[in-house]
Amino acid sequence: MLKTGLKTMLLAAVAMTAIAGAASAGKLTIESWRNDDATIWKEKIIPAFMAKYPDIQVEFNPTAPKEYNAALNARLEGGTAGDIITCRPFDASLELFNKGHLAPLNDLPSMANFSDVAKSAWTTDDGKTTFCVPMGSVIHGFIYNKDIFKELGLSEPKTEEEFLATLDKIKANGKYVPLVLGTNDQWEAATMGFQNIGPNYWKGEAGRKALIDGTAKFTDAPYVDTFKALAKWAPYMGDGYKAQTYPDSQNLFGLGKGAIYAAGSWDISTFRGQNVPMGAFKAPPPAGAKDCYISDHTDIGIGMNAKTPNAADAKVFLDWIGSEEFANIFANALPGFFPLSSAKVTISDDVAQSFVSWRGQCKSTIRNSYQILSRGTPNLENELWNVSAQVLNGTMTPDAAAAQLEDGLKKWYKPHQK
Amino acid sequence: MSSPHSAIVGMGRATYLRLLVFFLAPAAIVYTVFSIYPLLATIFNSLYLYHSETKSYDYVGLGNFTTLLTDTTWSVPFWNAFRNNLVFFAIHMSVQNPIGLALAAMLSLPRLRLRATYRTLIFMPTMLSVVIIGFVWQLILSPLWGIAKLFLQTFGLGFLFAPWLGQEGSALITISLISVWQFVGIPMILIYTALLAIPEELIDAATVDGLNQFQAFVWVKLPLILPTIGLVSILTFVNNFNAFDLIYAMKGALAGPNFSADIMGTLFYRTFFGNQLQLGNASMGSTIATMMFIIILIGVMTYLFVIQRRMQRYSF
Repeated sequence: MLKTGLKTMLLAAVAMTAIAGAASAGKLTIESWRNDDATIWKEKIIPAFMAKYPDIQVEFNPTAPKEYNAALNARLEGGTAGDIITCRPFDASLELFNKGHLAPLNDLPSMANFSDVAKSAWTTDDGKTTFCVPMGSVIHGFIYNKDIFKELGLSEPKTEEEFLATLDKIKANGKYVPLVLGTNDQWEAATMGFQNIGPNYWKGEAGRKALIDGTAKFTDAPYVDTFKALAKWAPYMGDGYKAQTYPDSQNLFGLGKGAIYAAGSWDISTFRGQNVPMGAFKAPPPAGAKDCYISDHTDIGIGMNAKTPNAADAKVFLDWIGSEEFANIFANALPGFFPLSSAKVTISDDVAQSFVSWRGQCKSTIRNSYQILSRGTPNLENELWNVSAQVLNGTMTPDAAAAQLEDGLKKWYKPHQK
Repeated sequence: MSSPHSAIVGMGRATYLRLLVFFLAPAAIVYTVFSIYPLLATIFNSLYLYHSETKSYDYVGLGNFTTLLTDTTWSVPFWNAFRNNLVFFAIHMSVQNPIGLALAAMLSLPRLRLRATYRTLIFMPTMLSVVIIGFVWQLILSPLWGIAKLFLQTFGLGFLFAPWLGQEGSALITISLISVWQFVGIPMILIYTALLAIPEELIDAATVDGLNQFQAFVWVKLPLILPTIGLVSILTFVNNFNAFDLIYAMKGALAGPNFSADIMGTLFYRTFFGNQLQLGNASMGSTIATMMFIIILIGVMTYLFVIQRRMQRYSF
């Protein structure tokens, strides 16, 4: 029960202390939530670094994504955290910096390789101090099964109308699940649904910034329309999608039973492992839209524990993370995580390449709930998961969903109280 | 005080005290460090509020409790979690414990074969990790790959199937029943051992008086095991109001859809440790934990003073 859970955590913390103690002799330990990528770090990234700097030992020590924030906080408070900290974007890391757990990295030479937008997720509100090296972004879109598209004679939809027509055709054929997305875990509804197609409605950065300064409200047309578009997906989702978990969705598409998968680019490597013949298309804009927008979300950075005994080594490592060499290894070892550095990078994975090519065709934006707006109670991101899942489940109308978001924001955020 | 122990074992008073400390210390230290201290620290925490502007914890008295119970941002989720917790408890009381009792009664039937096998099989899920239980049941009930749907279809009842874990009306009930399945072994084993302790003579006498097995159970055995049933009930109450893990494993910290499976344990976890973009809030988290403690305390006290005192005990 709860008590046992806490005890286990305490035990884990004690065990971590022991590990950290053993590892402190000139060895850098990396804290991360990317346990899916453990092999890539151990077999590709770390060996490449150690080939250049043989004196510095590096160890990748990931925690499960769900537990990462809580476990990392506990370890930093207890002084047992590793030397290198993988940074979540925005407030979670800003909080760590404000508490003095992350070191400022303004003087790192390779910081010059990053644009202000890339650094925005790990910079203080006044724009003066950057505390994590931007590592990668994830792009939203849709991945489709090429064999199924060929079999049914379909082509990549360019507009929302074509998108729905394509889904209709797959549904009429009846052999495949038209749109693979579940609402059991809730976050996919918000992240692969709302944040995926939304930027086309609220015009990317312009809409995101308008929400922050209070000139736009969630009850405005672009946000309600996003929910309305989302509500239209329900008939095309798999049987029992209300109890479909994220791993269920991955398997459904991975096994070739689903035609279109509402995706984050990080899913590419999962499906490569299952040999799915796949292609990708970007979120189809609604009728009459002139420009297109994509969610190109700064997702992962890397910084330094302010209390590390190996600060000099850690800085050498972080500086290398900002280099062109790392950007190339990262982009190709982890197709679907796109380097944020301005270094020239060639990506060999064709699907990852088509995701990244949208950067040239459309305007990029980040998820609108991430900067500033999720600082209060009720938490906007949690609310967004809840209402997006309910809109897809058909238990909440688009208007009610938008109203609930705005009401929640109004409770604590001054620019929305006017 | 003249101590009888020294006369018995020929041990000096000082040696006796040293021995006393030696045997009591481990339990006292572990209990103090891992139970009493965290409990007091939590209550202490709930009286302070963190201010991010000044980066300091300020004493606010019962202010956090007022916020939790009166500010709709907090009170709506709190009462929702409380209500769900009551449902969770009610299902355990009305399903798990009667089934546990029935299983124990059947296990103690004199002519039952393979007794030990049944006992072990029924008790097995209790020993499995909740993560495994959650995963296995999610697979069984999955609308995509689950056997529940095929099973119902075999009997022509396919129309009864629904994605129970994903619907607002059925998610909590489904998870409660999974938890019942997991823990039914505990009331069974406790009641079974109590039944074994009843002397054969009483049953023989009842049989001579003309009672059949069922009547003997209702009129002779049941009154004798009432204290055990009381104990099982209070254990169920405490465990249910402390529950967290199964719901977290199956539905995550937001316990959806629309918080329909959110109980106080998950609300506490989300508040104290945070979730995705929500940062942990030690003050409000401690306030919720303290409320859980108070609710459990009230429940246990009510049981002790109102029910247990009136219970009759028989000795043979």
